[in-house]
Amino acid sequence: MKTIAKLFTVTAALAMTTALPVAADTSGKSIALSNNYAGNSWRQAMLESWSKVTGAAVADGVVKAADAFTTSENQATEQAAQIQNMILQGYDAIVLNAASPTAINGAVKEACDAGITVVSFDGIVTEPCAWRIAVDFKQMGRNQVKYLAERYPDGGNLLEIRGLAGVFVDDEISAGIHEEVANTNFEIVGSVHGDWAQDVAQKAVAGILPSLPELTAVVTQGGDGYGAAQAIAAANRPTPTIVMGNRQDELAWWAEQKAANGYETTSLSIAPGVSTLAFWVAQQILDGADVPKDLTVPFLTIEQDGLEAALETTPVGSVANVEYSLEDAKAVIDASQ
Amino acid sequence: MTRDQLRILLPVLSLAVLLAAVFYLQPRTMSYFGLNLLFNLAIPVALATIAQMMIIMVNDIDLSIGTFVSFCACVTATFVHDTPLLGYSILAIAILAYSAIGAVIHARGLPAIVVTLGMSFVWSGLAVLILPSPGGASPEWLQTLMKSKPPLVPMAIIAATLIALVTHLFVKRSSFGVVLQGVGGNERALERAGWSIVKLKATAYGIAGLFGALAGMALVGLTTSADANIALRYTLLSIAGVILGGGEFTGGRVSPIGAVIGALTLTLAASFLSFLRLSPDWQIGAQGAILILVLAVRLLVSRREER
Repeated sequence: MKTIAKLFTVTAALAMTTALPVAADTSGKSIALSNNYAGNSWRQAMLESWSKVTGAAVADGVVKAADAFTTSENQATEQAAQIQNMILQGYDAIVLNAASPTAINGAVKEACDAGITVVSFDGIVTEPCAWRIAVDFKQMGRNQVKYLAERYPDGGNLLEIRGLAGVFVDDEISAGIHEEVANTNFEIVGSVHGDWAQDVAQKAVAGILPSLPELTAVVTQGGDGYGAAQAIAAANRPTPTIVMGNRQDELAWWAEQKAANGYETTSLSIAPGVSTLAFWVAQQILDGADVPKDLTVPFLTIEQDGLEAALETTPVGSVANVEYSLEDAKAVIDASQ
Repeated sequence: MTRDQLRILLPVLSLAVLLAAVFYLQPRTMSYFGLNLLFNLAIPVALATIAQMMIIMVNDIDLSIGTFVSFCACVTATFVHDTPLLGYSILAIAILAYSAIGAVIHARGLPAIVVTLGMSFVWSGLAVLILPSPGGASPEWLQTLMKSKPPLVPMAIIAATLIALVTHLFVKRSSFGVVLQGVGGNERALERAGWSIVKLKATAYGIAGLFGALAGMALVGLTTSADANIALRYTLLSIAGVILGGGEFTGGRVSPIGAVIGALTLTLAASFLSFLRLSPDWQIGAQGAILILVLAVRLLVSRREER
C-alpha cells in the first residue's frame, strides 16, 4: 500500500514537472528591441532593465535571444531601416520605442507581413497590425489630484507646474489635472512652465510666488518638484504638498523632509523598466496568448512607506525604476480585457 | 579605359565588396525579399542624391535638401492624398521656388551654402505648418507602386537602375546636360558662347527640386505616412553619396550612375554595421570610417591617373 502511495506521489511530481514550463513554446523564439534614442538617463535605465530581465529570460530558456539595438541617430528613416534589417535577421518579435508614431509604419507593416509580432511601447506606432503599450498621461494628471483630494477634502489653492509648452505630453497631463480639479474643491491659482527641469521650474516658481495666496499643494509633471521646493523654501513660505515625479533628487528631498518633520506626499511617473513589460507582452503573444492590441502602462507610484526603499535603489541623477515580471505582464493584459 | 570608366569603377567595387560582406553575414538577404528590404529605403536617398548632384554640378552645395524632402513628404501625405490637384500644384510651386532660389543665388552672387541653409529653416517651418503632428496617409497609387512586387527583380533594384539610367542619359548624353556640366566647369566660357548662366542655374536647381519632390513622394510611398522631420538626414547622406559616387565639389565633374551607387552603398553600410552587431555608440564613427576609406582609395587612384 505504502509503495503504491509512493508511486502515486512520484507520478504526480513527474506530471507537475512536465507541466511546469508553460513558456516552453517560445524557447526557440528570438525577440529584438528597436530603440531610437539612448541619450538620457531614462533611456539608459530602460536599456539596462532590458538587458537585466531578458538576460535572465534567455539564461532560463524562456526565449532563445533578446537583442537590443539602438539607432545611431534619432531619425525615423534610420529606425525604419533598422526594423527592415531585423526582419532579415529572422527575429520572431520586435519590441520598439518609436522615433515617430507614423513615419515607421511602412517598416512595421513589412514586419507584420513577414509574420513578425511587433509591440510598441512608450513611443507607440499607429500601424494597426502592431500592439501598443501606451502611457495614459491624462490619468497621470488625474491621479495627482485624486491623491490631493483625499488628503484635503476641503480643497484649497493649487499651483500647477507644466512641462514644455506645445508638447503633446504637457497638454495631456495638464488636461487630466484640470478635468479632475473640476470635481473637487480645489482651485488652480497659478500655472507656470517648468520644462520638466529643476532649474527652469525653480526660476518659474520663484517668479510667480509673490503674486500667489497661500498654497495647499503643487501639482507637477515630473522633474520639476525639487526646483519648486527650493523656490518656496527660498521665499520663506510654508511648504505645501508637492507631488513628485520619481526623480532621485526629488525623492532625496522628500526623505530629508520626512525625517525632519514628517512631510507627506506622493510621487508617480513611468518606470523605464516598461521595456521589460513590453518584452513579456511580446513573449506572451508568441506563446499564443490572446492579447488586446491596446494596453496601458501602469504608473510607478511611490507612497510614504515605500520612499526609503525606492530612494535606495535609485542612482543619483536617475529616476526610480522597476522591472516587470511575466506575472505583471499577465496582470496588465487581463486588466485591459 | 577612359577616365569616366575608371571613376565609376571604385563606387561599383565598394558596393560589390559591401554586398558580398552583407551576404556572408546574413545569407537571408540573398533573396528577392531580402534585396528589396535592404534597398527599398535607398530609393528616396538615391533621388535626393541626384538632386544634390544637380546642385554640386553647377559648383554649389545644397544644405536644404533634407528639409525640402521632408516638406514634400508632408505635402504628399496630406494635400496630394486628400485633394490631388491642390497637392500637385503645391509641389509644382515648390519646384519653381527651388529654381527661383538658383536664379537669385547666381544673380546676386550669394553663397549657395548660406542661402540654402536659410531655406532649410523655411522648408522645415512649412513642413511643421502642414503637418504639426506626425500623420497623414500615402496616396493609394504611390503605395501600390512602391510596394509592388515585379517578377524576378525586386522593385528597389528596378527603381535604382531606372533612376541611374535616365539621369545618366540626361546629364552625360544630352547636349543640354553637357551645357549644365559646363556651368560647373567653366562658367565664363559658356557666358561668352551666348548662354544665360542665370537660366542654366535656375534649370539645374529646378531639376534638383523635381528630384527632391520625387524623393519625398517615394519616401511616403514606403512609410505610408509622414513626419515633419522625416528626412533630415538626407542632406548629409546626399552630399556623401555624390562624393562617394565619384563626383567632385568643383568643375562640374559628377556621375549620375555613381551617385545612385553611392546612395545604395551608404544605405548598405548602415545595414552592414547593424548585422555586425556593432554597438550604436560606434556606428556613426564606423560609417564615417567606411566613407574615409573609400575616399582615401579614390585619392590614390586619381593620383596615379595624374602621373
